[in-house]
Amino acid sequence: MSFQAPKNEYTGQIAKVTLGRDGSQLAVGGDKALPFYTFEGEIPYRPVVAMEVYDSKPGNWPQTVSGYFSDVWDDPVKWAQKCVGQYSADAICLQLKSINPDAGDMGPQDAGELVKKVRESVEVPVIVYGDGPLEKIAEVMKKVAEINQNTNLLIGWVEEDNYKTIAAACMGYDNNVISLNPLDVNIAKQLNILLTQLGLSSDRIVMDPSTTALGYGIEYCYSSMERLKIAALLQDDKMTQMPMICNIAPEVWKVKEVKESQEDYPQWGDQEERGINWETISVMCTLLSGANIVVMRHPRAVEIIKETIEKLL
Amino acid sequence: MALSGLEIFKKLPKTNCKECGFPTCLAFAMQLAAGKVELEKCPHISEEAKEALSEASQPPILKVEIGSGEDAFTIGEENVLFRHERTFINPNGFAVTVKDDMAAQDIEKTIKEVEGLEYERVGQTLKIEAVCIKGTSGDSQKFKQAVDTVAENTKKPLILVTEDISVLEELASKLKDKKPLLHAADSENVDKFIEIAKATGCPVAVRGKDFEDISKVTEKMRAQGIKNLVIDIGQRDLKEDFFNQIALRSAAIKKKNRLFGYPTIVFADEMAKDPLRETLAASIFVAKYASIITLSTTSPQNIFPLMVFRQNIYTDPRQPMQAEEKIYAIGNPDESSPVLITTNFSLTYFIISGEIENSKVPCWLLVMNVEGQSVLTAWAAGKFIPELIAQYIKKSGIEEKTGNRELIIPGYVAQLQGELEDELEGKWKVIVGPREAGEVPKFLKEHASA
Repeated sequence: MSFQAPKNEYTGQIAKVTLGRDGSQLAVGGDKALPFYTFEGEIPYRPVVAMEVYDSKPGNWPQTVSGYFSDVWDDPVKWAQKCVGQYSADAICLQLKSINPDAGDMGPQDAGELVKKVRESVEVPVIVYGDGPLEKIAEVMKKVAEINQNTNLLIGWVEEDNYKTIAAACMGYDNNVISLNPLDVNIAKQLNILLTQLGLSSDRIVMDPSTTALGYGIEYCYSSMERLKIAALLQDDKMTQMPMICNIAPEVWKVKEVKESQEDYPQWGDQEERGINWETISVMCTLLSGANIVVMRHPRAVEIIKETIEKLL
Repeated sequence: MALSGLEIFKKLPKTNCKECGFPTCLAFAMQLAAGKVELEKCPHISEEAKEALSEASQPPILKVEIGSGEDAFTIGEENVLFRHERTFINPNGFAVTVKDDMAAQDIEKTIKEVEGLEYERVGQTLKIEAVCIKGTSGDSQKFKQAVDTVAENTKKPLILVTEDISVLEELASKLKDKKPLLHAADSENVDKFIEIAKATGCPVAVRGKDFEDISKVTEKMRAQGIKNLVIDIGQRDLKEDFFNQIALRSAAIKKKNRLFGYPTIVFADEMAKDPLRETLAASIFVAKYASIITLSTTSPQNIFPLMVFRQNIYTDPRQPMQAEEKIYAIGNPDESSPVLITTNFSLTYFIISGEIENSKVPCWLLVMNVEGQSVLTAWAAGKFIPELIAQYIKKSGIEEKTGNRELIIPGYVAQLQGELEDELEGKWKVIVGPREAGEVPKFLKEHASA
């Protein structure tokens, strides 16, 4: 008797979300099988590897990664171009730290124009994350959506307590929304229900399950993402079928195991390669459990992850 | 093939005595069929039925032990495809590879590095489980010498990989007390391996190019009562082996196919062109079902992250990992440093201590044992309440470490402030900290300058 591997019977499909417009357009989602289970169903689009760009010089980065960007970090446009041109980023994730009242308090108009400038300087989709209090993020992102209307920007983030302003702006100006949940399947569903009830189409929503780094409870992310993916694909639960984004680079690059030097921790080995492994393993963990977009930092980690995705698909 | 719940039920006493912990014999039978309970839980089962059922009561993936004594490690016994369904049971072993064409001193150096790769993390010791010796030279003398060199320098279990079956037979009988894993039996040489396994009791790896090939060998071995098997269906290719590992695990668990119900070995060292890629490939098979993973690297920058990942994936989701209850001194705190308290849910501890480190403000962090629950859960369960917190503060010894009598509590339990001050008999001032860990650095900086 010839051997047939038992297969999952998929009844659902991940929603397809379009990022960027014209020359920079990309699709994510559309999966009809668990991550990389191409032997069970079609996975039409590769997971997207986005690289981070900050609106101001980042503090507190270990030298093992800052060295790659110190020539461009006074200029987000050059930084974004370097990520795309030199490191082959599939997308740019603009981390708007300066909008935080504690870190510059950049206003909505300036933020919106900065996003536009970066977006127009690269031929890949742009993702935007805010920082600081939710009220400020909402105020800024409303304007960001308006100034960058009709560009399929992916804008982060909304939470259960504060979703209407950004969601309405994205609906009105044809952009996409990141719905954030604290590693919780039920809260993720609840927020997606609220967003769709508001009138936002489910192909305009990307979920962020609040990823953490390797060694810091990443198993919780792994299992809650896996549960969301299983509910979406095997139980056809519509409110879990949105693609997922993991903004994991800031989590990885702040942990002790990445920041401490080999001199201080000889038993941990070479600091730069340790950091690359910390990032690739963290990212692979989220890809295996269902991330459709990953936000990364180290150029060599990006190269290895892109190559591995290619091999697995 | 395993029995169904109903088939098992027919062989049970059908008394519904409940002594097994289940309401009826049928319920017990169903759990037994799912591999979720041991047959021994039934006190009234007949010897005859026991024999008939012992097979059905075994987990869908058999338990296999590699090595002997204190350094032996156990693999297999898995019964779910996704860790949230229950838990993954036995963490995969990592094996570092040495080749028999290496010079003796290089082998010794590698073994020394392997022995040094040991880390304490969240109360567990992380280490390399085994050494894999590969007969790449084709020279049986060299292989024997390499095995001798390794065996003299480590107590870790061995994995012997050679196509020379007579050498393997000789080494198996010589090292039988160490119970090395012998690699590999295939459809050509299976009869010889049955002899060796019977004579030495050593575990055997079964190698096949595809599933049919594997099942031919495992079927013959089973018929002879040999159960210590490890499957190697590796194509040494990331995509192929990703599929193979998932197919094997699915066949064993979903279809209860006993011919594939064994632990597996994946050779990550033959799959990648450099250590960073090898490390990433290995991590994929930690999550996706390998029981032993071989590596060529001994560099801590590769091994340490991999071991942490394995620890994460094999954490039992039903029992959150707990941080040790104690006073954590972060960044050389002194008399004037802030004192904070939180619960011993490991994730809570990791995130809070990380944010305190980021703030660069030296602090005393009190981590109270509430059986691994988060702050709000522990409060709701009555484990993180003023009376108990006050008791802990008194016995923790913090009052001897610092003269500071301001205690910062998590923002989520702000309501405890007044009552906690009363419980502490007015000796401490209780300050409400932020609700989220991310706000801790800002809070500490403001607190320090106030």
